[in-house]
Amino acid sequence: MPTISVDKAALFKELGREYTTEEFDELCFEFGIELDEDTTDQNRPIVDGVQEPPQLKIEIPANRYDLLCFEGIALMLNIFLGRKPLPEYKLTQPAQLQEIIVKEDTSKIRPYVSGAILRGVKFDKARYESFIALQDKLHQNLARQRTLVSIGTHDLDTVKGPFTYEALPPKDIKFIPLNQTQEMNGEELMNFYEKHQQLGKYLHIIRDSPVYPVIYDSSRTVCSLPPIINGDHSKITMDTTNIFIEITALDRTKLEIVNRMMVTMFSQYTSEPFTIEPVKIVSEHNNETRITPDLSPRTAEAEVSYINQCCGLNLTAVDISNYLRKMAFRAKPSINKPDVVDVEIPPTRADVLHQCDIMEDVAIAYGFNNLPRSFPSKSGTIAQPLPINKLSDIIRVETAMAGWSEVLPLILCSHDENFGWLNRKDDGNTAVKLANPKTSEFQVVRTSLLPGLLKTIRENKAHSVPMKIFEVSDVAFKDLSLERKSRNERHYAAAFYGKSSGFEIVHGLMDRVMAMLKSAFITAEEGLINPAASHSHYYIKELNDRTFLPGHAASVHLRIGGKDHVIGNFGILHPEVLEKYELKYPVSTLELNIEPFL
Amino acid sequence: MASDLTTAILDALSASDAPILSNQAFPSDPSLNVKSALDRLASRLMVEYETKEKDIIVLTSEGEAIVANGSHEARVFNAVVKALDGLKITDLPGIVGKDSAKVGQGNAFKRGWIKKDNDLLRAAKESIVDETREQLLGVQKTKSLDDSKALADLKRRKLISMSKEFAFVISKGPKYAREIAKEETDLTAEMIANGSWKTTQFKPYNFNAKGAPTPAGALHPLNKVRQEFRHIFFEMGFEEMPTNRYVETGFWNFDALFVPQQHPARDLQDTFYIADPLTADPPREDPPNDPHLSKADKPLDYKQYWDNVHDVHEKGKFGSIGYRYPWNPDESLRLVLRTHTTSISAYMLHKLAANPRPARFFSIDRVFRNEAVDATHLAEFHQIEGVIADFGLTLGGLIGFMEVFFSKMGIHQLRFKPAYNPYTEPSMEIFGYHEGLGKWVEIGNSGMFRPEMLESMGIPKDMRVYGWGLSLERPTMIKYAVSNIRELLGHKVDLNFIESNPAVRLEKE
Repeated sequence: MPTISVDKAALFKELGREYTTEEFDELCFEFGIELDEDTTDQNRPIVDGVQEPPQLKIEIPANRYDLLCFEGIALMLNIFLGRKPLPEYKLTQPAQLQEIIVKEDTSKIRPYVSGAILRGVKFDKARYESFIALQDKLHQNLARQRTLVSIGTHDLDTVKGPFTYEALPPKDIKFIPLNQTQEMNGEELMNFYEKHQQLGKYLHIIRDSPVYPVIYDSSRTVCSLPPIINGDHSKITMDTTNIFIEITALDRTKLEIVNRMMVTMFSQYTSEPFTIEPVKIVSEHNNETRITPDLSPRTAEAEVSYINQCCGLNLTAVDISNYLRKMAFRAKPSINKPDVVDVEIPPTRADVLHQCDIMEDVAIAYGFNNLPRSFPSKSGTIAQPLPINKLSDIIRVETAMAGWSEVLPLILCSHDENFGWLNRKDDGNTAVKLANPKTSEFQVVRTSLLPGLLKTIRENKAHSVPMKIFEVSDVAFKDLSLERKSRNERHYAAAFYGKSSGFEIVHGLMDRVMAMLKSAFITAEEGLINPAASHSHYYIKELNDRTFLPGHAASVHLRIGGKDHVIGNFGILHPEVLEKYELKYPVSTLELNIEPFL
Repeated sequence: MASDLTTAILDALSASDAPILSNQAFPSDPSLNVKSALDRLASRLMVEYETKEKDIIVLTSEGEAIVANGSHEARVFNAVVKALDGLKITDLPGIVGKDSAKVGQGNAFKRGWIKKDNDLLRAAKESIVDETREQLLGVQKTKSLDDSKALADLKRRKLISMSKEFAFVISKGPKYAREIAKEETDLTAEMIANGSWKTTQFKPYNFNAKGAPTPAGALHPLNKVRQEFRHIFFEMGFEEMPTNRYVETGFWNFDALFVPQQHPARDLQDTFYIADPLTADPPREDPPNDPHLSKADKPLDYKQYWDNVHDVHEKGKFGSIGYRYPWNPDESLRLVLRTHTTSISAYMLHKLAANPRPARFFSIDRVFRNEAVDATHLAEFHQIEGVIADFGLTLGGLIGFMEVFFSKMGIHQLRFKPAYNPYTEPSMEIFGYHEGLGKWVEIGNSGMFRPEMLESMGIPKDMRVYGWGLSLERPTMIKYAVSNIRELLGHKVDLNFIESNPAVRLEKE
């Protein structure tokens, strides 16, 4: 969630009163934003000999782009408090519209553009900084680090329309970038900014493209090279009054949202407040010719019965309209549909997609904590555990009762821990492998519980011996027959660590658990003679497996419901395995797949 | 040794009608030994005793040496006299030692016992009285010194020091006897068989020590908390969801939950993507013969569901205008490690659409986030999730339910903050008042699933679904004051912590 820092005194002046930190925190809580910090009592930085005035740091829900700047927070809180109505945003109708003419090649790299003009803007330091900061917040959040949308703002009095939006080979684009002194072409610019702290991270968006997007004015002055940087020529300053805003994008919807946010937030500073001069986009090749921004409210219907049902209230259409006004909507009961409220969704509210969003705003305006509380107990449902979890719990409890301690290692591990260190080979068809882990600790989803147990022993060497630990949990395997191309399998594993191997102890634990699961021990020969002796039997066979010391390992065979399964193995770990896991004493382990017992 | 002393004490008491004093009766035994013998006897009520404490003076090791060999000056004088014809100054340390030579020479001059004759020392007196040694001898005998000036002087010279002496006034106890009866430490089968227990004297039990450690297995503390939560869910009629499925598709983990494809949660920075296997199938029955579908249910149209999700993202449907971006099926077929168990809730709700009816589901299982590991973040943790589906559910019902749910874990004051979550609307953050910390802490997230998400599945419009979630680790860390998540989950957890962690009773503070 984005956090916005606002000047405390200025905000309270806008809200028409002082608040204590607690009071303001309460207001934020009810409205659905969160006061993170009040810097009044902190050591605030001193810039140019002046200490920064107290700031309020406010966390904003990720879909409320209209709250990403001081102007938006002040406006929406004032509307919520009933101190101000929603402004009427108006487009002017100049005799000659400014135009951005779009060239078809832009579709190869960044196909959409939008624009707007704010005239007669009066900046001061705070407004100017807020204007810059809003662009930054929009770039970081909605625009996904400028990949989807990027904004350029210019002093309109330094350039002359009509503007063109083109895509050209990097070498052919020459200009002096913002706050620089030397001219460079697109290629040079990439090298120049490669190590730049802020801009370096955006270069990848266009760097390898044969053409770069660029906006020119009518005298071929470069306004900007989106999404990297503007030209120095048209840069805005605190003295700028007429602002040309151009926005380029990969995503049409977000493009227009960004445009609406920019102009609705800052049109309050224009000579005629809340008026915006539109820009004509000429884009014939993709049918995108239009006038931007579109500030007309979207109309939606919200059902009175739906809102009342969800909120557990009995409001009239008029009540609902009044509550919605606090949330910056214009709403009135529908003339011909008694169960409907007609709602105008203002251009500031990009987050409203469905009537459930309107319903939520009624609930917020009413107060979540004022809603009548009830208990949803009309319908009887039957509790039940997941069968595999119930089975796991039986084994967990039996093993703990037998004196073993349960551990909970991680499910992700390194490839070596899962294979090489256990003297196992990766056949490429077994383990699920991760594409983007941050460390080598997390390369694969474990296919065995042993790595976690052995790492737990390694980290607990200070513990007295013998150590007897176990885990009942899932491993995962590749399985191309399934929708998700993989499946979990519930395993049970135990490890004994002590001065002697504990082979019989681990063997005995397996016998104990089998007995608790009503499986009778038989020898392999008996199993062959009398396959249907009773419901569940097990026998063990010597196993050759490089994980274990030769001659000291066995596979566990289960015959259950007439079916044979090899469910796992146990044995003394091979000294090479111990060495890899840095274990000084012998270890015996047991690992079983318990799913056949289901 | 102690047993000898007990006999001696019993003998001494037998010889005297009056109480005896330990420092008179047993002057050479250290008082600690006397006390332990007395405690043995007193625990059997054979003696009674009182402790007397007295300030005493004792000799330092240097003082003891003077009592044995004379003062430094006396030793110098004796050495000079012994030499008969004067003693070379340089020979003195060889005879009396370096320390005595230095201190003793000065003192002997001061007292006029010796004089200097070129490089020789000669006796100036026929005989001397070694007062220091005399005083120390007296102190050794009486452990006191009345001359306060002399006392201060000897103290300054570090020849004596102050100490305390414990003496015991011992008298016969109610069960006094000349001998300690033979005692048995334990009742045995043999004693019961032959009846000897009736006359056997048992050794008193030490009630100040712990018993013998009992060998015990242990369940993991986090799983113990998990079990408490499971009980709460079972008490409230919830069915456990099949979360034994770590690998999910982008479809179930995100798209089905109305999380747009450009959402930051889908970044490589936040989500583990799978390199092998690489691509999933579109949604279909998985596992085959899904136990969560009954034969009576109407068949599910997976293709329709896929198309609905596509439409609702790209152009809107079911009363939603959607996100209006080109929805990419390939993104939906990427495999991920589930970032939340809500992917399983989506799977279960889709099954519910085959036969919409009131239902309550829960799960507590592992989820994965590609986060940098620190004290409060691990790449894995457990999510607790609850889902209630019913007709006519209200927001107040969700709040009321949460009050009951959290009161079962000892949290009795809740408040709710509007929040944002892509798949619930309204979304409410749950804050609980923590008595111990004296403040409101965020304890979970909740909300009603979005209609366009549910209707895409085929859930009827008038069915509403609550969902809420919290991590298992966070409340456990708050409850048990664990500050580092790695001390709670993973291979670095201390086995001693696992083995000694008390039983979990969430409703108790």
